[in-house]
Amino acid sequence: MRPSELLCPRPEGLYCGPGDFFIDPIRPVNRALITHGHSDHARSGHGSVLATQETLDIMGLRYGDDFAGTTQAATLGETIAIKDASVTFHPAGHVLGSAQIAVEHAGLRIVVSGDYKRQPDPTCAPFEPIACDVFITEATFGLPVFRHPPDSEEIGRLLKSVSQFPESTHLVGAYALGKAQRVMRLLRDAGFDRPIYIHGALAKLSDYYQSRGIDLGDLRPATIEGGRKDDFAGSIVIGPPSAFADRWARRFPEPIACFASGWMRIRQRAKQRGVELPLIISDHSDWDELTETIQETGAGEVWVTHGREEALVRWCELSRLTARPLHLVGYEDEAE
Amino acid sequence: MEGFSELLDRLVLTPSRNGKIRLLVDYFSTTPDPDRGLALAAITGDLNIPAIKPAMLRTLVMERMDPVLFGYSYDYVGDLAETVSLVWPEPDQAHAPNQRPTLADVVDALQSASRSDGPAVLARLLDTAGISGRYAIIKLVTGGLRIGVSARLAKQALAELGSVDIAEIEEVWHGLEPPYLSLFAWLEGGAPKPEKAARALFRPVMLSHAVEDSDLAKMDPSDYAAEWKWDGIRVQAVSEGGLCRLYSRTGDEISGAFPDLLDAMDFTGALDGELLVGHPPEYTGSFSELQQRLNRKSVSPKMRERYPVFIRCYDILQDGKEDVRPLPFLERRARLVAFVAQLEPSRFDLSPIISFSNWEDLDDMRRHPPHPVIEGVMLKQKTSPYLAGRPKGPWFKWKRDPHTIDAVLMYAQRGHGKRSSFYSDYTFGVWSGPEGVEELVPVGKAYFGFTDEELRQIDKYVRDNTVERFGPVRSVRADKRSGLVLEIAFEGLNRSTRHRSGVAMRFPRISRLRWDKPSAEADRIETLQALLHEPNVAHHAQGETDTLIS
Repeated sequence: MRPSELLCPRPEGLYCGPGDFFIDPIRPVNRALITHGHSDHARSGHGSVLATQETLDIMGLRYGDDFAGTTQAATLGETIAIKDASVTFHPAGHVLGSAQIAVEHAGLRIVVSGDYKRQPDPTCAPFEPIACDVFITEATFGLPVFRHPPDSEEIGRLLKSVSQFPESTHLVGAYALGKAQRVMRLLRDAGFDRPIYIHGALAKLSDYYQSRGIDLGDLRPATIEGGRKDDFAGSIVIGPPSAFADRWARRFPEPIACFASGWMRIRQRAKQRGVELPLIISDHSDWDELTETIQETGAGEVWVTHGREEALVRWCELSRLTARPLHLVGYEDEAE
Repeated sequence: MEGFSELLDRLVLTPSRNGKIRLLVDYFSTTPDPDRGLALAAITGDLNIPAIKPAMLRTLVMERMDPVLFGYSYDYVGDLAETVSLVWPEPDQAHAPNQRPTLADVVDALQSASRSDGPAVLARLLDTAGISGRYAIIKLVTGGLRIGVSARLAKQALAELGSVDIAEIEEVWHGLEPPYLSLFAWLEGGAPKPEKAARALFRPVMLSHAVEDSDLAKMDPSDYAAEWKWDGIRVQAVSEGGLCRLYSRTGDEISGAFPDLLDAMDFTGALDGELLVGHPPEYTGSFSELQQRLNRKSVSPKMRERYPVFIRCYDILQDGKEDVRPLPFLERRARLVAFVAQLEPSRFDLSPIISFSNWEDLDDMRRHPPHPVIEGVMLKQKTSPYLAGRPKGPWFKWKRDPHTIDAVLMYAQRGHGKRSSFYSDYTFGVWSGPEGVEELVPVGKAYFGFTDEELRQIDKYVRDNTVERFGPVRSVRADKRSGLVLEIAFEGLNRSTRHRSGVAMRFPRISRLRWDKPSAEADRIETLQALLHEPNVAHHAQGETDTLIS
């Protein structure tokens, strides 16, 4: 059978004919398999959803308990038969609960990576390379210019700035699911044991991470009720990136705008957003991780989706691998 | 090298002056010699490294990677130095260096490379430097760090490092060379102040305060001499032992761009004056004519002929072998008159003293200056010595009132630092085109002049009236029926080929918010164009000026 008979792009998302399901569909469908909880991949309104328990929990937190008709939890490494296809979830190392999905039928195996990274992350299970015939990879940072430094170095720069500018508040923009909690955990690992102040949009998800045994330390709401503005001097405040352009940010003294994102590798990106301290911390693979992972899977064919497809396709051609862009729409990683 | 790279990255993104100084002080106090001195030289533009052309850099990287992938990368990043720093392949683990090069290693390797092996030396450095180090190295060899730090700011940081006055740094600066070991040793208390070894050193200039209403009432007109405040750039011309140097008022040497003036500096002394373009005394050119000569590394003979520069002298600091700064103003003035009389008249003339009997007199002259290149009057206490810095009392500037126009707010951009949650940078426009189909054409940008409360109000207006967003910029509703009118004050107007409107304002700021004024009644572009055509110097009656000279 040809790979395109097992999985093919449709307007709703990636469709598996033999199993009659979609992976990460962007519109409501009858049966959806979800790789992870980011809102562009995990949407509400599907008839049934199969995902890891953590992803289901996160969707419940975001959309309410009735986000889908029925739900089923997938255990990592366990194969589930869906009609004529069989599927297995494997960890993707992207955020808590994130998974790759291996889809098999008639001896052909395609791995849908979802979003993934290879840098160690104390807040989620590490990526496992799965041998396959076709590997579907993301390409958010699919250009040779994207090379993420070790996250500990970036946290080190943040802490250095905190001690250099003790009268300031360091406002760290970080995506509410995954990135924010990773930054908290990294701060703790680096020995920062003071309270971390958080924007309200982070509270539920951070509580959930803590309930799953990921210790984020003393988190407090970044409100000034009952306190004075000066209380935030010398502190670290974490919030969604959009909040810092908002009036919300005015309550903090001498703010220094930081942004934890793979995009911060490009100086112009930092400048445009008015970021003073860019922290290159990403939940996605950088160029070297992408190319190394493709090689590790042993796949003879690579499909490239959301991001800079053309460069990764070019690299595959140079490496004598069959490759094509998938042109799936609806995934946004600007805020990653 | 990493420390230096990190410093550059932070400086370029830190908007606040105090923040930059803090970063510099911390770097200088934690970085060993000679790296810190080399970094200082790189920032002040005093580090000489053989240049590598961008084309060569491109060739080097193309030898190492697929040109198509490089093309995608460069298109995305848009900056050659940054692209190359990121895509440069790291050498294999086996060949990787156990240590990154220091700034001194880099400077040493580059300076001792011959012309032919320059590219190979650069490539070896890029192999070993890591991403951030590579970026800094490429910036060093392609010239221009562009980090928004002036030499003056770097010196301010040195002053804070050593808890000394910046005037002390400026005084010794031009006698020192990278890596400034004696300077750092002195600032850290381990050695005496470096001797003023070089000749023709800069002397810290004396600056003035703006006159405030309450000041004049306390001042006796007979205690002060008045001069016109000319609209050029303040300079210091020093000539000692055959060495001639021209400095800006911040102590940056600008001799290179003015060989015509330097040729005429056949004296021993130091003069303080205004650099202007023209043929004194008949013709004094406008600031936009002077601009043709500014910020240039070299200047063609044609330029020199078309825009000859001269100094209109205000003061004398060194007369032959004598330091005359401690003398009272009137005595220095007498020395200056005698001194300038000996100089080439097409290159040096005197700034005239204006006679006046009371403040009302002077106020009237200030408002109606006899010459368009005058931007107000200066008041100088007759008994005051020449003091470094900006002491309150002896010198005042009393400027002509600024021009104002009413313009309409068109775009607003988010600010930086404290203002990062405010739309605080405003682009404004005036009406242009035939009646009935007028459109707004942008004429300038301003980000100060308003109070915090007004900022809050404009920010709210911007958020409530956004029609489009482009990244940090919002386009604001502005048409004949609705729009926020801003009264803009500015000091002057230059012709500009860069702006669609054809004009560029000098020192624009927001002087008033005209919530009351309908946008349709804002000014038209013709109002500004008329200002450009205001009678120039040549048309002015010279006699009028002469009568004012005492």
